[in-house]
Amino acid sequence: MAAQKGKREGFRQVLAASVFILPNILGFAVFTAGPVLYSFVMSFTNESVLRTVPFRFVGFENYLSILGDKTFWLYFVNTVYFMLGIPVSILLSLGLAVLLNQKLKGILAFRTLLYLPTFVAGVAVLLLWKNLFNPEHGAINAFLDWAGQSLGMSGYELPRWLSSTKNIFGLDVESVGFNPKQLGIGAREAILLMGLIGGMGGGNMLLYLAALTNVPEELLEAAQLDGASPWKRFWKVTWPQLAPTTFLIVVLSVIGGFQGGFESARILTGGGPSGTTTTLAYYIYQKAFQEYQIGYASAVAWFLFAIIFTLTLINWKIGAKQEAI
Amino acid sequence: MKPRFILGLATFAVLAAISLLGLFPFIWSFLTSFKPLSEVENPNPVPKVWQPQNYREVMDTVPFVRYYANSLFLAGWTTVLQCGTSAMAAFAFARMKWPGRDAVFRMYLGTMMIPGVVTMIPSFQMMIHLKLLDTYSGLIIPAAFSAFGTFLLRQFMLSIPSALDEAAVIDGASPGVLFWDVILPLARPGLITLAIFTFLGNYGSFFWPLLLIKTDYMRTLPVGLMYFNDKNGPQTNLIMAATMMSIVPPLLIYMLGQKYLVRGIQIGAVKG
Repeated sequence: MAAQKGKREGFRQVLAASVFILPNILGFAVFTAGPVLYSFVMSFTNESVLRTVPFRFVGFENYLSILGDKTFWLYFVNTVYFMLGIPVSILLSLGLAVLLNQKLKGILAFRTLLYLPTFVAGVAVLLLWKNLFNPEHGAINAFLDWAGQSLGMSGYELPRWLSSTKNIFGLDVESVGFNPKQLGIGAREAILLMGLIGGMGGGNMLLYLAALTNVPEELLEAAQLDGASPWKRFWKVTWPQLAPTTFLIVVLSVIGGFQGGFESARILTGGGPSGTTTTLAYYIYQKAFQEYQIGYASAVAWFLFAIIFTLTLINWKIGAKQEAI
Repeated sequence: MKPRFILGLATFAVLAAISLLGLFPFIWSFLTSFKPLSEVENPNPVPKVWQPQNYREVMDTVPFVRYYANSLFLAGWTTVLQCGTSAMAAFAFARMKWPGRDAVFRMYLGTMMIPGVVTMIPSFQMMIHLKLLDTYSGLIIPAAFSAFGTFLLRQFMLSIPSALDEAAVIDGASPGVLFWDVILPLARPGLITLAIFTFLGNYGSFFWPLLLIKTDYMRTLPVGLMYFNDKNGPQTNLIMAATMMSIVPPLLIYMLGQKYLVRGIQIGAVKG
C-alpha cells in the first residue's frame, strides 16, 4: 500500500518536473542541440547555398583542406595575436583589484566608474574607439603629437593605427613569417590597446576583488610579524591564494579569445587591412554568410571547437596539478 | 598615521587617473557629438560652437526612434521569456527529483562550451525555412532559451534551504504553488541579475540581427548604427551623437541596477 502510494507520488513528481522543464528543453533541443548536431553533420559535406555542385558527403575532406588552408593559418595567427593581451590584462585587473581592496572610505565608487566601460560595451563603444584611432584627427594621435612636441622630438611618424598592417612582431602579411618592413604599430596593436583599456575594470577585476576579500587576514598578519615586506607578502601569501581565480580567468580568457574578434573586425576594420585583423570567428562568418560555403564553414567552426576543447582540457590538467602542490 | 594617509591619497590619485583613462573615450566622444562638422578635425576636444542640432539631424537622417523601439522590444521580450523558461527549468533541476536529471543538466553545461558560431549557421538556415527572416519572432524566439540562465538560477535556488519546501509540501502546496509563492520570491536577486544581463545582452546583440534583418526599419540599434557609420563615416559629429544616444539605456540600467550587478557577474563568471 505504502509502496504504491510512493510510486504514485514519484510519478506525479516526474510529471510536474516535465511540465516545468518542457519549454526550456524544447528550445534547447531546437535551437542548441539540433543545430549542434546538424552543423557537425554538415562539416562532412560540401553543402553550399549556391549549389553549383551536387550535394554529397565528403568525409574528412573539409578538415584536411583546413590543414592546408593558408588563409586559415594566417587568421589563426591573428586570433592568437589578440590573445597576447591576456597576461597584461590579468596583471592590470589584478593591480586595480588590489588598489580597490584598500580599506578606504568611498573607494567603491571607483569600482562603479571602472566597470562602466565594460557594461556599456558593444557596437557603440567600438565606434567611439574608431574615432579615437583616426590617424588624422583622432584623440590618440593628437595626444602623441602633443607629447612628442612637448618633449622636443621631431621627425617621427605617428602610427596609422587601424589602417596599417604593421605590428610589433614584424609578422608578414601574405604568409606566416617575419618581415622586417612590417615592424611597427598598426591595426592589431590598436585592437589590443582597445581591449586592454576597455576591459581592465571588467569582470576579471571583479573576480579578483572578490577573491582578495577571501584571503585570510591571519596569514598576512603572520607574514608581517615575520618581517616580510608588502611586496613579499603579496607574492608569497596573496598571489598563491588567488591561484584558483587566476586559473579561472585564464581558462575563460582562452575560450573567449579563440571565439573573439568578430565585432571589432566587422565594425572597425572589415577584417583588414589585408586581413590582418580577421580572426577565426570572422573567417567562419565570411565563409558561411558571404561565400555561402556552409560545409566548409561548419568544419572550421568544429575545428575551432576542437582547439578550444583541447586547450581547456590542458588548462584543467595544469590547474589540477598546481592545486595538488 | 601620516604615511598611511599619504598612501591612501596616492591610491585615490592612481584610481582616479585610471578611471579617467577608461572614461576618456566617452568624454571625448560626448564633446565631439556637439561639434559642428568644421570643428571635428580640431584637436581641441571642447567645441567652440555647441551644436545640439546634431542629435536632431541624426533623427532626421535615419529612423533612429524606430531602431530604439526595435531594440527595446527585442530586449524586453527576450528578457521576459528567457527569465521565465530559465526559472522554470532551474526549479526542476534544483528542487525536484526525476530520472535523468543530472545527465540532462550536464548536457546543458556541456553545450555552453560550444562556440556560438557553430550553432549560428544551422539556426540561420532554420530561420530561412521557417520564413522568419526579417521578423521580430526570428530575433526573439531563438534567444528565449538559455542554458546559462538556467545554470545561474539553479545556483541561486540551490542556496535556498530545503526545509522551506518541506514545510510548504506538508501544508499541501502543489509544485506550482511552491514555485510561485516560495522559491521565486526567494530567488529574486538572481532573477533580477539575469534580467539585467539578458536585457543588456540583447539590447546590444549584433551578430544575429545583422544576419537576420534585411529592411532598414526592422534594424536594431547596433545594426542601424553600423550602417549609419558605413554611410556617413566622415560626419564624425553625427556618428558620435548617434552613439551617445544609443548608450543611454545601458547607462540608466547601470545606475539603477548597481546592487545586483557585482554578485551576478561573480556567479556568472564561474559558470565553467
